[in-house]
Amino acid sequence: MSSPTPTLVVDNLKIVGVPSMAAIVEELSLEVRPGEILGVVGESGSGKTTLGLALLNYCKDGTRMGGGSVSVAGQELAGLNWRQVRRLRGQTVAYIPQSPASALNPALRIGTQLGECLAGEPATVLARVREVLREVALDDDDAFLARYPHQLSGGQQQRVAIAMAFTARPALIVMDEPTTGLDVSTQEHVLATVRQMCQNYDCAAVYISHDMAVVAELADRIAVMYSGRIVEIGATAEVLANSRHPYTGRLLLAVPDLDAKRPMIGIPGHAPSPLARPRGCAFAPRCPLADEGCTTTAPEATEVGPRHTVRCFKADVPLPAVPARKAPARVARDAAERPVVQISGLKAGYSSFTVLEDINLDVYAGDCVALLGESGSGKTTLSRCIAGLHHNFSGGLTLDGEQLAANSFKRTKEQRRRVQYIFQNPYESLNPRRTVEDLILQPVTAVRGKVRNGRDIVATALERASLRPDHATRYPDQLSGGERQRVAIARALATEPEVLICDEITSALDVSVQSSLVDLLRTLQAEMGLTLLFITHNIALVRNIASQVAVLERGRIVEFGEVEGVFANPRHDYTRSLMAATPNFQLAGGLHEVGATGTDGPQGDGPQGTGGLLPLRSL
Amino acid sequence: MSNGVATPAVHLATAPPRTRHKQGLFRRALKSRRTVIGLVLSGLVLGVAFLGPLVTPHSPTVFVAAPFSPAGIGGPFGTDNLGRDVLSRFLAGGQTLMILALLGTVIGVGLGAVVGVVAAYRRGWLDEVLMRTGDVALAFPQIVLALLFLSIIGPQLWLLVLMVGVGHMPRVARVVRGAAMSVVERDFVKAAESVGIPRWKIVIGEIVPNISSTLAVEFGLRLTYSIGLVAGLSFLGLGMQPPAADWGLMINENRIALTVSPWSVVLPVLAIAVLTVGTNLVTDGLAKAAIGSDEGVTA
Repeated sequence: MSSPTPTLVVDNLKIVGVPSMAAIVEELSLEVRPGEILGVVGESGSGKTTLGLALLNYCKDGTRMGGGSVSVAGQELAGLNWRQVRRLRGQTVAYIPQSPASALNPALRIGTQLGECLAGEPATVLARVREVLREVALDDDDAFLARYPHQLSGGQQQRVAIAMAFTARPALIVMDEPTTGLDVSTQEHVLATVRQMCQNYDCAAVYISHDMAVVAELADRIAVMYSGRIVEIGATAEVLANSRHPYTGRLLLAVPDLDAKRPMIGIPGHAPSPLARPRGCAFAPRCPLADEGCTTTAPEATEVGPRHTVRCFKADVPLPAVPARKAPARVARDAAERPVVQISGLKAGYSSFTVLEDINLDVYAGDCVALLGESGSGKTTLSRCIAGLHHNFSGGLTLDGEQLAANSFKRTKEQRRRVQYIFQNPYESLNPRRTVEDLILQPVTAVRGKVRNGRDIVATALERASLRPDHATRYPDQLSGGERQRVAIARALATEPEVLICDEITSALDVSVQSSLVDLLRTLQAEMGLTLLFITHNIALVRNIASQVAVLERGRIVEFGEVEGVFANPRHDYTRSLMAATPNFQLAGGLHEVGATGTDGPQGDGPQGTGGLLPLRSL
Repeated sequence: MSNGVATPAVHLATAPPRTRHKQGLFRRALKSRRTVIGLVLSGLVLGVAFLGPLVTPHSPTVFVAAPFSPAGIGGPFGTDNLGRDVLSRFLAGGQTLMILALLGTVIGVGLGAVVGVVAAYRRGWLDEVLMRTGDVALAFPQIVLALLFLSIIGPQLWLLVLMVGVGHMPRVARVVRGAAMSVVERDFVKAAESVGIPRWKIVIGEIVPNISSTLAVEFGLRLTYSIGLVAGLSFLGLGMQPPAADWGLMINENRIALTVSPWSVVLPVLAIAVLTVGTNLVTDGLAKAAIGSDEGVTA
């Protein structure tokens, strides 16, 4: 491959927090060539968003450049005045933020919005707008141009945002988690669009994401960030098949496998905050390979292959293979056994609008049933009906044969104790004004009245959720996202429930955290004999935790059965399309014991016509 | 006494403060200069109002010199319309005003908060009834409402306090409802409902603590209005009655001789103005500090 002049050159960039002067990003060097997509992955707090914004010559409040340089298309950003910076943004560097709903001005029509950063004759501008809309596979007629953002779906909005970024033919495009809030099928469209557009425009792209599976499918090169530094950077196939940094290796293992052939393992601990980074290698405290040398000096970036550098002293030492997890043995069900939760002919909605219809579901004790569906499929409504939070439904809903009232207040204390609900977002579900101890005791006192041994209950609950006893006195805002969700789990477990409803409990969290939470739930299920209802949109997760799955499409269960059977032989079109849209993330053997599937790279199910863009993949 | 305005006052209006774990709203507000200046100004006036009665050179109702004597005769600031010492009357005349204003604000913000939170949490017809009734009440200027009842029933101090409070209620309810609206939607309220915690406990334990900054800001703002309102009603003769010393009353009694003996008007006017500016600055500082915190309206 010839080496054209790179579009983006970042050299030894350092961004510091003000006034602490703690480095948020440091010693960061990378380059991106025209037409190349660089995927930046890392856990939350690794500084990837800060890096993305720095490429636009923007620093968030409380941060500033502490040294180094960024240059885009030969233009050094540091020396620009505000007028030049304004021209730079949008014209030379474009940005696609995470939430398209907030990126688009709700008061402007699509046509106006797209034409904004273009100068020239109205006719030429309009022609250009139509052209770019066609390129992102949207309508280009006047009716579409006259629409407002709220009249579009999430995927369409994100494609408009992409179109907006490309209208001025930028040299570099920065995308910060552009598909995070989207459904898998929408995500597939958006990724295909991004790939196509970068190819058409020969535009360099930086794609920031926490989702290794997405990055593996899209990017030409991957940069793995940890604690403000790039710990490994190299060609996608190279990084995936031959990762040298232990963090990369563990991060790859944390991604759930669509075929559930290999175990999914979290990374213990959490990323250090910029104020408390350890001396030496920042990953050392969590690293299985770390020795004394790692904790005294920080490793320098070393070249281990063509355009493949790693910051690790142990780059040549392979990670110890992690033990394969045994598949949970299925207990043969007694024919006479009665389901714990039985739903029959359930219909639910909001006033006149029907969300769920004709739902029949039997959940047996000790099982884990996954409710799989995209947004709007009614999976959360169903789970809220069971928890007594959604009151507007009709049909049968029984717990151990007893009919459950629609309203949680009308249920008996015992019924409320037996069914517990864990919410999607731990940042929302824990009252910021209560301590962890308070939070855990709250449901206990609600269903049992005053308890004498409150401290013991809290201690047991914390231990079950793998939290430290000293977490009891903390407030939610002193905890990380993963810890918060553990508190939510501890809280639900404190009442000794039988049925635990988990509503997308990992979707707001990092992959590494997600794996450990799933592990925790599996252990708890085995130890306490819990019945789990696991609501998710992630097929790979379903395969890793659930024994049975119900696929929901637009308010109906379209397919139900044992997980193995459903995914080996999906009978409904919707299940099949969901499976096809999910990036199938396969790892090379070596990192784990079971499932040596050969050494081929990721097998993305990319749509036709874009295969030529990723030559690295066709090994 | 320097932080006399905000701290005790707000604790009256909010639920048990649970801010010890992190930098509280007040600690953060104190970082801005405007809050500090506001606190100093209000502290100054409050100090005069509450400590003043203890250090008056004369009794505020005793005649010391000829009426409307200029500064220096009878006292450092002269005498008023009946020949009483202006300084003594000024020092003695603030206390009642402050107490009335504080009480009125406590009642107004307290009741308004209850109405607002209940309306936001219950929604439906109750919300409509409460808010539309509030809208009707909002159509009357606060002072007109107070004038109406005070002139019918007579200038009673309890009625004055009640009217100030009732006048604040719909305004506070409106703001609090807005802030509570976003809190009742949050998952921790749902979580509390799912385990069957009684609704009144959810209001006190989950919702109110999370709108405490809104309540604090609202309290400061309403206190400013209360001071003006009480002073205004006194000026109109519906507050304190002669011969009691009162700032509002002083302005009314002495305004005819503004050119001859200006201090008897200027002193109370200055005090009220400084206090209003001071409480406003504190409120402003609080509001600024509350933005971006996870309390009340989500940022």
